[in-house]
Amino acid sequence: MEKFEVIIVGGGLSGLSAAWTLAKSGVEVVLLERGDYPGAKNVTGGRLYTRPILEYFPGLLEKAPLERPIVREGATLMAGERHITFHYGDLEYSRDPRPSFSILRSRFDRWFAEEAENAGAMILPKTRVDDVIREGGRIAGVVAGGDPLHADVVVACDGVLSLLSEKAGLRGPGGSRDHAVGIKEVISLPPEKIEDRFNLEKGAGAAHLFVGEATRGKFGGGFLYTNRESLSLGVVVGIRDLVEKEPALAAPDFLDDFKKRPEIAPLVRDGETVEYSAHVIPEGGHGGIGPLCGDGILVAGDAAGFALNLGLTVRGMEYAMASGVFAAKTILDARAAGNYSRERLSRYETLLKGSFVLQDFESFREAPRILENPRFFRHYPEWLGAMFHDLYDVPAGPKKRLFPTLRKHLSFPELLALLGDLKKARKL
Amino acid sequence: MSQDGTLKAKLGLDVFKPAREPHILIRPGMERDPRLKKAVLACPAGLYSEDGNGAVTLSIDGCLECGTCRIACGTEVLDWNYPEGGTGVQFRFG
Repeated sequence: MEKFEVIIVGGGLSGLSAAWTLAKSGVEVVLLERGDYPGAKNVTGGRLYTRPILEYFPGLLEKAPLERPIVREGATLMAGERHITFHYGDLEYSRDPRPSFSILRSRFDRWFAEEAENAGAMILPKTRVDDVIREGGRIAGVVAGGDPLHADVVVACDGVLSLLSEKAGLRGPGGSRDHAVGIKEVISLPPEKIEDRFNLEKGAGAAHLFVGEATRGKFGGGFLYTNRESLSLGVVVGIRDLVEKEPALAAPDFLDDFKKRPEIAPLVRDGETVEYSAHVIPEGGHGGIGPLCGDGILVAGDAAGFALNLGLTVRGMEYAMASGVFAAKTILDARAAGNYSRERLSRYETLLKGSFVLQDFESFREAPRILENPRFFRHYPEWLGAMFHDLYDVPAGPKKRLFPTLRKHLSFPELLALLGDLKKARKL
Repeated sequence: MSQDGTLKAKLGLDVFKPAREPHILIRPGMERDPRLKKAVLACPAGLYSEDGNGAVTLSIDGCLECGTCRIACGTEVLDWNYPEGGTGVQFRFG
């Protein structure tokens, strides 16, 4: 009978973080990955915010194959005929430790897996896990490729759908209100072109988010990140809005239309698309967090629902990495006690609550309900766009006075609705 | 779909390794279920289509394994799994 101390299911950031941490502590750990290599099935927007996790990966992230440090933020309110954009730059972003980096997951995760292997973890790619093994009410291993593999404890790091958590009876299938789909193209461009188009010093990067017409008024937005030699361009659309809300537009068309917009087309001109990908994203925030442990099992990363959208920042990967570390620390404690019961493993939740992970989810508990306000995705971009149109407008003949021009847009019902939205946003 | 040619070209850029069996199946008798029709719009690879009789069919080649159809339609209409190990899409950038 094959028996290991720890089986980790899934070679994404949470699984690799758990494997790396456990292997460094001398634990016998095997990680099962269904792709040809860790990273083969993984997709991000994306950017990694490194400051919250630096302390958990001493000496590691400094040498990681990250793409570009992000030194410039952009945000665009995209209306049908016009757009309003602002940029935010900060010299602090160019000093170490840099706050965030663009990242391509197939490259990063593959490297991270090698680091975990060098630390002593066993990584088995091309291996799909089909079921859990139950013994006396506890999870005692998994079934992979028809073979039973036993373990003292299993860590479900199998991503947003987490079929393993379902098989273990911890949760049911997710719903369309709490999930979005991200659709992305990686577009190859020479580094000098990237730096010229985005006004960047050599090697530096930009991030840009788009709200409004990018998703035709549906929940979500567009994104653009500069990598070393490519751009990551994509849209995220809430799945409920995608299938229920007008206009009925097929998912791939959102990205095609977005790419043709005048705000985007010149930025990707002459670029060659080299990959097309898509992935479901947890959008439930605090309410989307599932059970974190059971007898003989822990759940980490997207599988646990650890993704948090605050509009200007969209985060998941650092929560995945930290939760993988905390799962590993919980296992080290359980191993010392020889006790992998649900009660003992619930120390995982205590560790998460003592860290930025669950503290962030608690602070932004109301974020999903505030951000799902449809006015953010159509009305505000159109309304502010119309105001700026009038301010910039020089018509044939005399120009109207500015104050009455603005006043026209600030009707009583408009202000009342704005006040209502601001009141709700106070909970952020 | 309006931009089908573009989509096929994009999917042609990805690395896919063939599997012996389709990993997602429409459950028998569910072909006309309204929940299934959501996949026609939702699938980023455009793999679901509705025929003239209102029945939805799925062609699994080009599946990005994103999970959107499972979330949009649910497991009562779809028998949903990941492809067996070492098959399906293999992202080189991700």
